[in-house]
Order: sequence, then structure tokens, then C-alpha cells
Amino acid sequence: MLKGRAFKFGDGISTDHIIPGRYAHLRSNLPELAKHVMEDADPAFAGRVHQGDFIVGGSNFGLGSSREHAPLVIKMAGVSAILAKSVARIFFRNAINLGLPVLICDTDKIKDGDELEIDLASGIIKDLTTGVQLNSGRIPEAMLRILDEGGLIPYIQKHGDFHL
Amino acid sequence: MGKTLAEKILSQSSCVEAKAGDIVIAGVNLSFVQDTTGPLTVRQFQAGKFARLADARRTVLFVDHAVPSPSSALSNDHMLLRGFAAEMGCLISDIGCGVCHQVVAESFARPGDVIVGADSHTVTAGALGAFATGMGSSDVAVAMALGKTWFRVPETIRVVARGGFAKGVGAKDLILHLIGRIGADGASYKALEFGGDTVARMSMAQRLTIANMAVEAGAKVGLFPSDEVTRDYLRAQGRGGDYRPLVADAGAVYEETIEIDTPSLEPTVSRPHTVDNTAPARELKGVKVQQVLIGTCTNGRLEDLTVAAAILKGKKRSPDTRLLVAPASPQVLLEAIRAGHIAALVEAGAVLLPPGCGPCLGLHQGVLGNGEVCLSTANRNFQGRMGNPESFIYLGSPATAAATALTGEITDPREVL
Repeated sequence: MLKGRAFKFGDGISTDHIIPGRYAHLRSNLPELAKHVMEDADPAFAGRVHQGDFIVGGSNFGLGSSREHAPLVIKMAGVSAILAKSVARIFFRNAINLGLPVLICDTDKIKDGDELEIDLASGIIKDLTTGVQLNSGRIPEAMLRILDEGGLIPYIQKHGDFHL
Repeated sequence: MGKTLAEKILSQSSCVEAKAGDIVIAGVNLSFVQDTTGPLTVRQFQAGKFARLADARRTVLFVDHAVPSPSSALSNDHMLLRGFAAEMGCLISDIGCGVCHQVVAESFARPGDVIVGADSHTVTAGALGAFATGMGSSDVAVAMALGKTWFRVPETIRVVARGGFAKGVGAKDLILHLIGRIGADGASYKALEFGGDTVARMSMAQRLTIANMAVEAGAKVGLFPSDEVTRDYLRAQGRGGDYRPLVADAGAVYEETIEIDTPSLEPTVSRPHTVDNTAPARELKGVKVQQVLIGTCTNGRLEDLTVAAAILKGKKRSPDTRLLVAPASPQVLLEAIRAGHIAALVEAGAVLLPPGCGPCLGLHQGVLGNGEVCLSTANRNFQGRMGNPESFIYLGSPATAAATALTGEITDPREVL
């Protein structure tokens, strides 16, 4: 069971919002890179987010670049899951590959700052602030197997191959 | 039942009868990274304790995004990639050797290949009939090690373009129009498959421009049939033996078919800050532009420089508009030099950048100032993309870019042709 606070963002948050290309020189210095997480969407985010909190996006979250650093800095900031109405393909795969859950649900029902409780196994999201309960679509089976091992590298280390 | 191009390629590469919705484990024919995603790929490869590459001759590390290096940190990343290439015996395409997607088209991609690259614009090679898609560093690290990856076989949206282009209108206008029509997530998780007589007559350069931007509609791949154009292109690249014809089956099942009447298309521009925020160039007259960029993996080919040089030859850029030109590869640069295009562009006031990604991703070589406007032939205009969230990026064709450089404001190229 995950519990934390919602940080709400709008539609079309790109990987350039999440971690701008101008910080590419910090990509081999992850602690420094992570200080800029979500900077072009909300410059205050990095200073306010706490371990276990959630990023709640709108549609097409994470569109753009293939940079795995985008979900990586979100994970490093302590975010325990991303909720969105829809999520861009490469970002989705990258997040799961790093062991960061992504849940698809009607995020219009969640407000910035709401306390959420998420049961990953059932996909049920409880908004403790408003009492609203949301059901997320199931994470595809193949991706769930990777997520269950903590990401793609641990999955392949354990299984030696794809058994999806 | 007939197969789409995506189903056909993934069936062959996975040795099962793959249909949309299936999960397949596909053999990978080419894996590559670039200098902003490669270091993490190397670290994930090492974290996975992989001893060797599945196929070193089909693994390429490109140093193209920050070239020549603008900082010691990025120089160190370049060193990391050179060291990994030396250790593993794979190929390295170092500074000045061109943008990964252009070099993949020129030297590596084959019809029917499965190609994975740690760069979202890996879709570019779909122009040659390759199932080419962008992935993150972990996925590419595993593909490099195992020579395979997993895919959900995508549903396909067929795009049928008919009637040829009007003067001053081309491939870039077609793909911007399509993205404006279906939206930045209009093809999410799906394959786009292009056909129709406009496509049949389209040069490889134009196909590459369109395939390159498939990801801007969210697509997994942007596929073209492998036909006479593909054959002639591969022959001209000295790779005639890599050609094989590849078309979708007549009975293939498409999720949707989108018809585009290409003669009615106009020069099209994406406005800040999303690619699907399109408008006809003529409606944006009066928007002052401080910088024009012609180049990148979208429009840095010989044909693009030819169009720009034809408009700018014997003229001068607007004194208020900087003009940057970045050929996509040394082959393009050399051909453009021999054709006289580089002289024409430099005489018109262009600044010539080395083959590479240039200022497209905001690292160097033309970062915009606060409030500045750029008209770029690249593929993304996200806020902050060119290094400054306080700046504004419009996307257009090489013709629109050249016309804009002449007048200093967004200009429909038909006004200057």
C-alpha cells in the first residue's frame, strides 16, 4: 500500500518539462541532475516533494524524448508512483523498467495536495482528502512481470531472458 | 489474414505469426545509443553484468548530440562511450560523423530490420521499411546484450496521401498537417503506415522527414513500404544488396485509414509549445523571428539544403535574423559543398554548424535568449527545448525556414518562390 500527497500537473508534460535537455551535462551526476526534476513545469517541485508522494498528470504524460533520466529523476525525488489519464509510450516503458509504477486513471478527480492511498495489486486509488475512489486500468501483464522484479535489469539478471 | 507492415516485420523477427495486440520477443538487427543516453545505457549494461554484446558489428555508439563537446562533463561522457566501444569492439560514430538517424539511414538500416535506439527519433529508419523505434537506456542495454527485445505488436493507422504536392509544399508540411489533425497522442502506441501515390513518388529524404516525426503523434513506428525508391537509395549508398521489397498484404487490417489530399496542403507551421498546435504559415505573417535553424535529423539532408539554397542564393538574410545551418551528416555536407549550396547559404549570411544535432535540444550552438523566437526545421518545439523556457519555437519546412530568414518574420515560402 502506497500513501502520499498528490502533486498535480496538466496535460502534455514532456520529458523536457521533467528534465530539460539543457542539463544533459549532469546526466552522469544524478544527484545534481535530480535537483532539476520537473523544473520547467513547477520550479518549486524539487523542494516540496517528499518520499512516497505521487505525481498526478493529465493526458500524454512524458511525451517526447527517450531519456530514461526522466523517470529516473522522478524516482530519485522519492515519488512512489505516477498517475495520469494517459502516458506516452517510451516514458511508460522506461518508468516500469526502473521499477516506478504508472497508473492510468481519471486524474481530473484528484486535486493538488490531496492525500492518496494506492493499492498496486488491485489498482484501487483512494483519495483520502475527498473520499473519492478510483480504479486504474491494469498495468499490462508483461510490464507487471518486469515491475514485480524491480525493473528490467533485475528482471533479466534473475531470468536471464524474456519470459513475458 | 493479411498483415500490416508492422505485423509482417515482427512476425519475421519473432518467428511467430504476430498480430496486433500480441506480445512478441523480436530479434534486433541494430542497436544504438547517442551521447546523452549512451552513458546510462553503458551503466545499465554494466549493472546487468552482461559480458558481451550480442552483435558488436550491429551495435553503434553515436557521439552526435553535443559535438564538439561544450563542457568537460559531456567530454567525460564521450570518453566513457569511446572506452566502452574499445572494450566491447562495437562501432563508434564520433564527432562530426553525423546525426545518428541520418547515419543509420545512410549506412545501416535495411528493409525488414528491427532497430532499437536510445533516442525517440529512431523511428526515422521506418522510411526504409525498418521497424525502428526509440527506447530508453535499460531497454537498449538489454537489446545490445541479448540481441532481442519485447514488443506489443501495434495496431496500425494507415495514412494514404494522394495527388502530389503543390509548389512550395512538401513532406514536412504533410507530417505537420497530420500531427495537427490527429494530435500529439493521436497515434499513441500504434504504427503509422504511409501509402498512396504521393508516397510512392516521394524521395527517401522526404520519407525520412515524415518517419522521423511519427513519434510526435505518439507512434511506435512510422513505416513506409520498401519499393523502387528504397532500392535506388540503397544502391546509391553502395548498399544495393541490402534491398528487399516489402509491402503490406492486400488484406491487412487497419484500425483506421486517414486520407490526405496532398495538393490541398499548404506550408504548415507548429506554434509554441506543442507540435500539434499547427497553422498555415500565411496566418503567422508578422511573427518576428530572431533565429532560423535549418538542419537536424528531420530536415538536414541534401534535398533540404537544396531547397533552402535555392531560396537564399544571391540574397541576404534579414539583418535581425540569425541563420544556422547544420547538415545531418558529413556525406550531406560534402554533397552540399560540391553542389554550391553551402557557399550560397554562407553568402546569404548563414552560420555553418558541424554535422550533428546542433541547437535542436538546447545544449549549445544557438541557445535562445529570453523572449526570442526561433523558426526551426527540427521536430520538437516543447517549452525549453532549445535551452531556454522563456523562448518560443515554431517548426516548419526548409522552404518556410529559408523564406523566414529572408524576411525576418514567419513567411509562406510561396511568397518568395
